[in-house]
Amino acid sequence: MSDDRTRIARQFIEAIPHSRALGMRILRVGEGEAEIEMPYDTRLIGDPETGVIHGGAVSALMDTCSGAAVMAHPDAPVATATIGLRIDYMRAATPGETIRAHAVCHHVTRSVAFVRATTFDGDETRPVATAAGTFTLGRKT
Amino acid sequence: MRQQPEPRQVVKERRDAALAALVEGVPYAQFLGIGFDRRGDELTAVLPFHDDLIGNPALPAIHGGATAAFLEVTAIIELSWSFIWEDVESGALSMDVLREGRLPRLPKTIDFTVDYLRSGLPRDAYARARVNRMGRRYASVHVEAWQDNRTRLFAQATGHFLMPSRDG
Repeated sequence: MSDDRTRIARQFIEAIPHSRALGMRILRVGEGEAEIEMPYDTRLIGDPETGVIHGGAVSALMDTCSGAAVMAHPDAPVATATIGLRIDYMRAATPGETIRAHAVCHHVTRSVAFVRATTFDGDETRPVATAAGTFTLGRKT
Repeated sequence: MRQQPEPRQVVKERRDAALAALVEGVPYAQFLGIGFDRRGDELTAVLPFHDDLIGNPALPAIHGGATAAFLEVTAIIELSWSFIWEDVESGALSMDVLREGRLPRLPKTIDFTVDYLRSGLPRDAYARARVNRMGRRYASVHVEAWQDNRTRLFAQATGHFLMPSRDG
């Protein structure tokens, strides 16, 4: 069951051209949660003086990971789209390090899913960014 | 005696050089293919549609992450533009400095909240940002994005930013 879900989620992510362009890889999918990594890439740099990747790339990772967490919810949604996403940037991601987002879909209603996500680099003790998002929840009719 | 205004061409060149230095300094803006149109001090960001932006191949629709990134790039460029504008106008930022791309450091995003209003269609997108407040340390910026109709926004966002220090 869990392997099945990971496989479906992996197909879901790998079919998204933008996520592929950013080099995202699914690490793990559980019930209403997902973990996705994104390797460091010089094309994603936001500040050329420091080599730190752009906040927008971190947003893209957390948006994708949050959407994957919604799709992995036990209620088995058939579609989802972001309604709102708030991102807090705690610190710059260390240049050269892969970043990894973990998202949890902690509550769903008939038509809305609520998600929290956190992004880390090599240092597991200090998050790079956190996010809170709301998503549409498409159910089989 | 009243000072002669600078020739129009000199002013224009310096403004264009400043904008080019800002935008070309951000590899991620290049990666997404974002360009900027300028009319006086007003900037419009342009995101030409390409397949790598797709988030939902079934519709197809632009990825929410690509939309967020487009809005954030627009907000940061607009804020930096406002930050350097006076120095560009006065010539304190000279053409030599601009050509070498030696600009002040970029603002850092503290938080960014995106409001998705409708799905991004597979066509070009535009965005404009407004700096609502720029203090010595913190700034608040609002940004709106649309596609075919200026009044039908497909996304908007508000963010807070940490300003670079004035002395380097």
